[in-house]
Amino acid sequence: MDIISVLLILSCLLLLGSSRLNVAIRVVAAQGILLGILPLDRSMGEFTAGIWVLSISTLISKGILLPWLMSICVRNSEIRREIEPFIGFGSSLLCGIGLLALAVWVTVRMPAVPGKLPVGFLMTSSFFLVFVGLFLMVTRRKALTQSLAYLVMENGVYGVGVGMSLDFPFVVELGILLDVFVGVFLMGNLLFHLDREFEHMDVDKLTELSDVSESPTIDGEQIA
Amino acid sequence: MTLLLPIILLPAAAGVASFLIRSHRFRRVVWVATAATHLAMSIAAAMPPEAATLGNWIGLDCLSAVFLVLTSLLFLGASIYGIGYVAREPVAPQPDLEDGSLFRNEPESVFTGGILLLLATMSLAILSRHLALQWVAIEATTLASAPLIYYHQNRRSLEAAWKYLILCSVGIAVALLGIFFLLMAMQEEPRDLTLTALLGQAAALDHKWLSTAFIFMLVGYGTKMGLAPLHSWLPDAHSEAPSPVSALLSGALLNCAFLGILRVQQVCAAAGMAAFGGDLLILFGLLSMGLAGVFILRQADYKRMLAYSSVEHMGILAVAVGMGGLGLFGAMLHAVNHSIVKAMLFFTAGNILSRFHTKDAAKIQGVCSVLPISGALWIAGFLAITGSPPFGTFISEFTILRASVEQGRWIVAGLYSLFLLVVFVGMSVIVLRMALGQSQAARQRESWTAVLSPVTFTLLALLLGVYLPAPLADKLHGAAGLLGGLAK
Amino acid sequence: MKTLHWIGPVMAWVLSPLMLGIINRVKAVFAGRRGQPLCQLYYDLFKLLRKGSVYSRSTSLVIRVAPSVVLACMMICTMLVPWGKMEAPVAFAGDIILLAYLLGLARFATVLAALDTGSAFEGMGASREVEFAALAEPSFFLGMLVLVLHCGSIGLSDVMAGFSSPTWQTSGILLGLVACSWFILLLTENSRIPIDDPNTHLELTMIHEVMVLDYSGPDFAYILYGASLKLWVFAALVVNLIVPLRSVPVWGQIPLFLLGMGVIAVLVGIVESILARLRLQQVPKILIGAAALSIIALTVELME
Repeated sequence: MDIISVLLILSCLLLLGSSRLNVAIRVVAAQGILLGILPLDRSMGEFTAGIWVLSISTLISKGILLPWLMSICVRNSEIRREIEPFIGFGSSLLCGIGLLALAVWVTVRMPAVPGKLPVGFLMTSSFFLVFVGLFLMVTRRKALTQSLAYLVMENGVYGVGVGMSLDFPFVVELGILLDVFVGVFLMGNLLFHLDREFEHMDVDKLTELSDVSESPTIDGEQIA
Repeated sequence: MTLLLPIILLPAAAGVASFLIRSHRFRRVVWVATAATHLAMSIAAAMPPEAATLGNWIGLDCLSAVFLVLTSLLFLGASIYGIGYVAREPVAPQPDLEDGSLFRNEPESVFTGGILLLLATMSLAILSRHLALQWVAIEATTLASAPLIYYHQNRRSLEAAWKYLILCSVGIAVALLGIFFLLMAMQEEPRDLTLTALLGQAAALDHKWLSTAFIFMLVGYGTKMGLAPLHSWLPDAHSEAPSPVSALLSGALLNCAFLGILRVQQVCAAAGMAAFGGDLLILFGLLSMGLAGVFILRQADYKRMLAYSSVEHMGILAVAVGMGGLGLFGAMLHAVNHSIVKAMLFFTAGNILSRFHTKDAAKIQGVCSVLPISGALWIAGFLAITGSPPFGTFISEFTILRASVEQGRWIVAGLYSLFLLVVFVGMSVIVLRMALGQSQAARQRESWTAVLSPVTFTLLALLLGVYLPAPLADKLHGAAGLLGGLAK
Repeated sequence: MKTLHWIGPVMAWVLSPLMLGIINRVKAVFAGRRGQPLCQLYYDLFKLLRKGSVYSRSTSLVIRVAPSVVLACMMICTMLVPWGKMEAPVAFAGDIILLAYLLGLARFATVLAALDTGSAFEGMGASREVEFAALAEPSFFLGMLVLVLHCGSIGLSDVMAGFSSPTWQTSGILLGLVACSWFILLLTENSRIPIDDPNTHLELTMIHEVMVLDYSGPDFAYILYGASLKLWVFAALVVNLIVPLRSVPVWGQIPLFLLGMGVIAVLVGIVESILARLRLQQVPKILIGAAALSIIALTVELME
């Protein structure tokens, strides 16, 4: 299972360092596949029907369907690369190393629960996924990268749940998976519209609705 | 109880059916009929004094009874207003109000289906007693409402829908982490996230995990509720959405997110940690009130003004719950009053928008002479939302103020009053200049769908200001008791 | 027996030019050519040793001394690297630092000499070389840190002695990550593609080659031989990590070690043939990536 955690961390480093959107989509697909294998790996021999259903549905939705939807979005728009993010790619890698240190710090500081299995390396990599997701959402300009970042965050949260050996009823896990799937599906739908309406997909240019740039007037006279 | 499942499943089925129904008239009939049936079932389920449950996962206690009936009532009002609204919307592409570009509306079937699914997911969120199920439902409400915001498919609502979807989903993902931490806090069997289990072992919960869980859930659900500084999606989403949707978002959906926070506060209170969460809630609440006041002062768009007012009132609710004691009853009463009045205000704003075709408050004058009923409602609504007697909001806001004075929290009381004053001044400038004065436009007859809901809600708000019906008071006291750690 | 330990350095001194020959032969095969003879570098070295050196009038003592310094450093480095179960002829606690700083001293001498020539091209190459070396140092030290933490001692021979077949089953990820990180380090320090092209003739694109433009005769022979020794040292570090030499009896270790070195040479040749040289601005990314690999290994080590 440590291999899965290390591969998850390496995938995040790829996401931080690469500017090409197609590469990012494939990396997120790989993360989905890894997370699909995770419950099988975690259950250590006791395979119930629920674990199989969860595993296969995660594999299909996060590993195949959502990345396919995202790649259709990329193909439709003519945008292939993330150009000029707020924090450059080399610096993003350095920040990623800092976020890994933060994830280690968080995991080490978490209070232990008596009678539970030790949290292990999966917790660190899952927290790292959450932090990288948040980081990407804040520092990248393209709307598509934002939805990928949301997916990475959800992958991380799911990993935290597995790493804590939490036994959720599988109905709930499937419900969470369904929510994430529909969420990203809706985001993809909005991305189509975004691409049609605006010629770009830069979220920092979505500032038509903003109170900070308006100059306040009442009856045509400036009051401030 | 046998009514609980149909309360969730009926709107869900109607929503799915709406996607398939071809005839506009038939679809609207289905919409209103579902809303009316839902209200009847909710009242019937909420009337009996004892709590009802369906297994451990879905149930109705005093807290959920209040929110359920309130949501259902709001939905019926929005439905009646809504069928008139969508009937008036043009089918062909229309020019945008601000930049003149052409856009078309979403298909009405998608709109109706979405709004009914919103009702279903909100009912599930209110009725669920399993916190993870509640999470799934609240995330589902975000997903159901995002297409609704994008009804007028122009640039601004697209931007608003995108920000709403991303920010709320991220916030709710943080809340999921909090729910995991809550599960880690449980030490004894049965280790599941139903409220009965959590409250049952409340004394044995690990405090470190519980406090971490509370913080994460407060930040997560607080984003969805619109607490500052996580509220930046709210003005955009609530102002760009069509008016019936805005009413539902401000009046009902924010309450669902509030319920998420209330449940974890209920657990904290039972575990003896009520004060820890309380201070955080007061901090966020005062911050929301202050920020809302500042932005209302500078506001040019009257729908955005109403949205910031929602932020302010969510802040009031947070402060009230944070204080505990009498503040809990005040919070419950205020939730009811605010929802009713805010919905009425959004309906009226919709009427003004459809007549004057602009969202800029500076360009509108003399609403009272052009649309007499809506003009009167606009002024009445402004008085209500800022907490003037004889409306119900005066009672609830005063109760909260009394609670803060009784507890000796002078700074809280002072800031609370100051921010309410700032909002009053800001809103009065905008509203009164719009409502009074002369206008070139001709007086117009208003259709009954556009007027029935807001007038009814105004009368309700007036009624609650002078007399609190006994069953409602019982439920509100019961809900306050639940939050204070007493079982009822 | 102490004499047996000297087999390692002697192998290095004799066989290191052959490694470069293997790399060039692999590249030629990929390109469909027959390529140079495997022993080409030996012929070049002997030819250069018979020639005389020419020094530019604008240089000083530095450029006359630097090649000897480089050669001396590299030869001492080969005496520090262990192989198989044998510890190196020169082994003591903390010799990791000595190894790193000997390599640094060699680089320092080369850079000083490059600046000494007073030519703009060498200066440019020197600045690039130093920048990339600064980014690559952390990978080396972090990888060493991981291994030191794993084995508990700070001497290079002891560290390498701690690895055998069972280690791969328990800490396989650690070794894999550090080995990948050090392979990238190998490509960087020895100026191979994708960081630098050893065959380029355009001064504007050279990094390492340009620093040695002004050498001739025996000086150049020392530089070339020192470069091949450096390649041997780095490859030996990677081979020690990957190939489970401890579990094999002594007489099997030499062939296995040489086989490992050959495989590394072929691997470098393949990498050189498949990849293109990176733009100069992209090189820091790959170096930080190598450091990140070492940091992940460190995290895995700390969490166990």
